[in-house]
Amino acid sequence: MRSLRVFSRGLVDENPVFRLLLGMCPTLAVSTAAINGLGMGLAAAAVLVASNILISLLRSVIPDKIRIPCYIVVIATFVTMVDLLMAAFVPDLHAVLGIFIPLIVVNCIVLQRAEAFASKNTVFMSAVDGIGMGLGFTVALMILASIREVIGSGTFFGISVLPLAFEPMKLMVSPPGAFISLGLIIGLINYLKNRREAERGA
Amino acid sequence: MVPNLFAIFFGAILINNFVLTRFLGICPFLGVSKKIETAVGMSLAVIFVMTVASLATWGIQTYLLMPFNMLYLRTISFILVIAVLVQFVEMVMLKATPTLYQALGVYLPLITTNCAVLGVTLLNLNENYTLVQSLMHGFAGGVGFGLAIVVFAGIRERLDFAPIPKALEGFPIALIVAGLLSIAFSGFQGLL
Repeated sequence: MRSLRVFSRGLVDENPVFRLLLGMCPTLAVSTAAINGLGMGLAAAAVLVASNILISLLRSVIPDKIRIPCYIVVIATFVTMVDLLMAAFVPDLHAVLGIFIPLIVVNCIVLQRAEAFASKNTVFMSAVDGIGMGLGFTVALMILASIREVIGSGTFFGISVLPLAFEPMKLMVSPPGAFISLGLIIGLINYLKNRREAERGA
Repeated sequence: MVPNLFAIFFGAILINNFVLTRFLGICPFLGVSKKIETAVGMSLAVIFVMTVASLATWGIQTYLLMPFNMLYLRTISFILVIAVLVQFVEMVMLKATPTLYQALGVYLPLITTNCAVLGVTLLNLNENYTLVQSLMHGFAGGVGFGLAIVVFAGIRERLDFAPIPKALEGFPIALIVAGLLSIAFSGFQGLL
């Protein structure tokens, strides 16, 4: 029961992108097409799960004073593994995501989960937390990337979905579109949340 | 050589601005931009760390990773170097310039996880920059970060007095402002 709550927390209530505003750099940078969002999300999720498990296993061994450098080395190891695996098996996606794969090392989500959750909880719970947070990150990236791809290029996963008469808005796939669409999505979530709270209060 | 350095300098500040076009260092950009003074302090620290990190990682890459064919270790080695460097800068500043240390205090340790720093070192590696080019790129990248964050902080100070829809208060409006700023910077696209 508790594991279910830990799992769903990362997806909705503490969604890393929409609620905690962590890991903004890759979110904004790679969300130009749905496939990039999916690839980046899964890569980060894999690192998150693996580092959560290992840090949870080592939590009684790591001295408190140097815990942050230890976490960073663990995370960097898994990031290097994911980087090399992606270069070998999905070279096209690897080329598009570019330096944002090695930059998962400094993604605040991974370090924040290590510090706030994996260092205090059992291995199983940490794995569940990693999967929940990783999926929450992936879903958020997918939502943002789908909106930008459909409006900006008129396609979804590379397949044309809008009528030819629709003129794609180039702005949405260029850098400014990332900031503006994420701002509007978070604004919409805040609006819905405020309305629900007002209803509950009345 | 000189025109090339010129292109790197203005390219990193205006055309491929680290924050607004490359999306590096968004967390401090949104987090430390509420007041102009803190924004200026943060950018000075970032300019310094990015320049020194470019120098240090260039040395590691050329004299350690390349000769021993261990380029796959770049992520781990670079992040460790940056973490040590930030700690070192903190200690030197505490001894040498206590006033500047006081002003920057809180923001210094945060620079370790600023992806603009790790980003610039990885970009230097990808572009095969020489030592001078790396230094220039690191310095200009920091200046570009500083320009964006100071301008953004100026706008956000005014934003406090503006009537904003309740749902957009805080981060949403900040992101939209950043988007408009990014549109302004895209005007530099054809400069070089």
